[in-house]
Amino acid sequence: MTLLPDNNGFFGEFGGTYVGETLMSPLNEVKTAAEQALQDPSFWQDYRNLLKDYTGRPSPVYFAERLSEFAGAGIYLKREDLNHTGSHKINNTIGQALLAKRMGKTCLIAETGAGQHGVAAATVAALFGLRCKVFMGKEDIRRQQPNVVRMKLLGAKVESVDSGTGTLKDAMNEALRYWSSVTADTFYVVGTVAGPHPYPYIVREFQKIIGEEARQQILEQTGQLPDSVVAAVGGGSNAMGIFYAFLNDTHVELIGVEAAGKGLATGEHAASLNGGRLGVLHGTKSMLLQDEHGQIREAYSISAGLDYPGIGPEHAYLHQTKRARYETVTDDEAVSAFQMLCRYEGILPALESSHALAQTIKEAADRSADKEKTFLVCLSGRGDKDIQHICDTLNL
Amino acid sequence: MSNLSETFQRVRSGQRAALIGYLTAGDPDAETSYRILDAACSAGLDILELGIPFSDPTADGPVIQRASKRAIASGMTLAKGLEMVQRLRQKHSLPVIIFSYYNPILSMGAETFVRRALAAGADGVLAVDLPSENAAEIMSCVPQSSAFSFIRLIAPTTDSQRRKIILSKADGFVYIVSRHGVTGGGSIDWPVLAKDLEAMRQDTSAPLAVGFGVSTEDDVQRASSIADGVIIGSAFQKLVEADPAAAAENVAALIQTFRQRLKK
Repeated sequence: MTLLPDNNGFFGEFGGTYVGETLMSPLNEVKTAAEQALQDPSFWQDYRNLLKDYTGRPSPVYFAERLSEFAGAGIYLKREDLNHTGSHKINNTIGQALLAKRMGKTCLIAETGAGQHGVAAATVAALFGLRCKVFMGKEDIRRQQPNVVRMKLLGAKVESVDSGTGTLKDAMNEALRYWSSVTADTFYVVGTVAGPHPYPYIVREFQKIIGEEARQQILEQTGQLPDSVVAAVGGGSNAMGIFYAFLNDTHVELIGVEAAGKGLATGEHAASLNGGRLGVLHGTKSMLLQDEHGQIREAYSISAGLDYPGIGPEHAYLHQTKRARYETVTDDEAVSAFQMLCRYEGILPALESSHALAQTIKEAADRSADKEKTFLVCLSGRGDKDIQHICDTLNL
Repeated sequence: MSNLSETFQRVRSGQRAALIGYLTAGDPDAETSYRILDAACSAGLDILELGIPFSDPTADGPVIQRASKRAIASGMTLAKGLEMVQRLRQKHSLPVIIFSYYNPILSMGAETFVRRALAAGADGVLAVDLPSENAAEIMSCVPQSSAFSFIRLIAPTTDSQRRKIILSKADGFVYIVSRHGVTGGGSIDWPVLAKDLEAMRQDTSAPLAVGFGVSTEDDVQRASSIADGVIIGSAFQKLVEADPAAAAENVAALIQTFRQRLKK
């Protein structure tokens, strides 16, 4: 497989740098600094040390025995929920904060939906003694109060974004606008494998540790590679993180799971690959939810972390080349998988990760194969942040 | 010679800068918007930038964000914006630039867009988030015999190497972003801007037009003393927002006021 992205940030026809002129040179600076850093062993050493001592890596791969027995398959969970701050997001923010420091920047900005990336950004800002401003939609601030409080405790300023519907897309719009006025001293910490080049590339580089660890761990535990690797995709950073190490293992099936919300037919979903078409948003060319005139449609999912109308360009490429398969899971299916993991394994998964679990359980039920299949599932985050939402949904 | 080149030649020989006006098509609705545009063209705009609203205008400040939202709500689309150009063409000969984010164009298809824009009588396109190096995504669809410009921008953040490349590819005019940040109010560092423009003239003979944050009469006078064109957007759009019914008259009056200040 050729090494992607190309020098202009393209994965096939997807990716690139589609921003206003004000951001072109600042992005080039990030690109140049990132290329140097990623070739510098001492940079990676700092990154690995922090991931080990501060975050608690490697995260384990856990054989979910009771769930496996119920589902009729071997289900292994990559436990990103056990990381410091409760999700995979910290892998990326540590990498980008190290890069920001190397570039001499004194302030970090970030966009956040559910607040997981915002918390991870605020955390590394505190860790490195940098100022931090997090853009968050007004509606998400209302839905995700605990994470707003966490960010404030960590010393970040949370900027409420009132435009649009006050969700992740609007927060990213505002972060880009703000960045264009302060690029000299400010580093934009993008939370997922989307946005303009070099972000899809650098975020993948900082998340690929998930798959590198998991591949080795599952080989040690089972003596072979899994039949399938499953991960939820919103922007797609945990999925790219776990897929990347398996791209050349062509017999390992890669399954990305998009949020079908209330069902693809209702139009209320966040399935950019299964329900979108080619477009440009937030600096990248990828698959997008949009109307016939090219206006971006609002995404919907019970999971705030999947509630985004676009998807990382590398996923669009894996989808087009069929190296990965992208399925969809509804709110209801995700909630029932959430409950199942609680009851069978004593683990509260994030609603995002619950989408990957739901798809795994569905696939396991398909008995057409002559032997039990093994699944490696990315449990990207813990579900504490979703408790209130689940209570309301289930009338608990 | 293209309509744009002729326009800049004409204003140059009149010892003044060109007045370039941005207005969002369809704000607050198609008919009112047409009346405003018609009045603006009659009042003495030299070049019109017709803004096609986009749902996520990441390079724009609050005034144009709100205008875009109203325009989308009223049903404005790229296709309808091009029909509006055609309608204006029946009365006005000034150059018209389609000012849009890239996605509506990509969604229509670059080839269809170029064909319809040329048929409507548009003179060029400024796609905010389609950088200079990707111009071919639209311009490869323009027939050689047609005059259709791809307007490039230079920002205060643009590094010197990039600036040289952009200037060497200048087509129609170059849009000089006067300050950091997004469109709308904000202070401009005039001495720095003047020096920058002087430096750019070493690398190009193309007209240089200044925009972003140019809103007062003083701004217009200052910009016109250093640039070949002065671009006003949010200041007009504010008048539309404040009183749509009187906007045609008010925008025309402001254009006439600004025109007085263009003399060098």
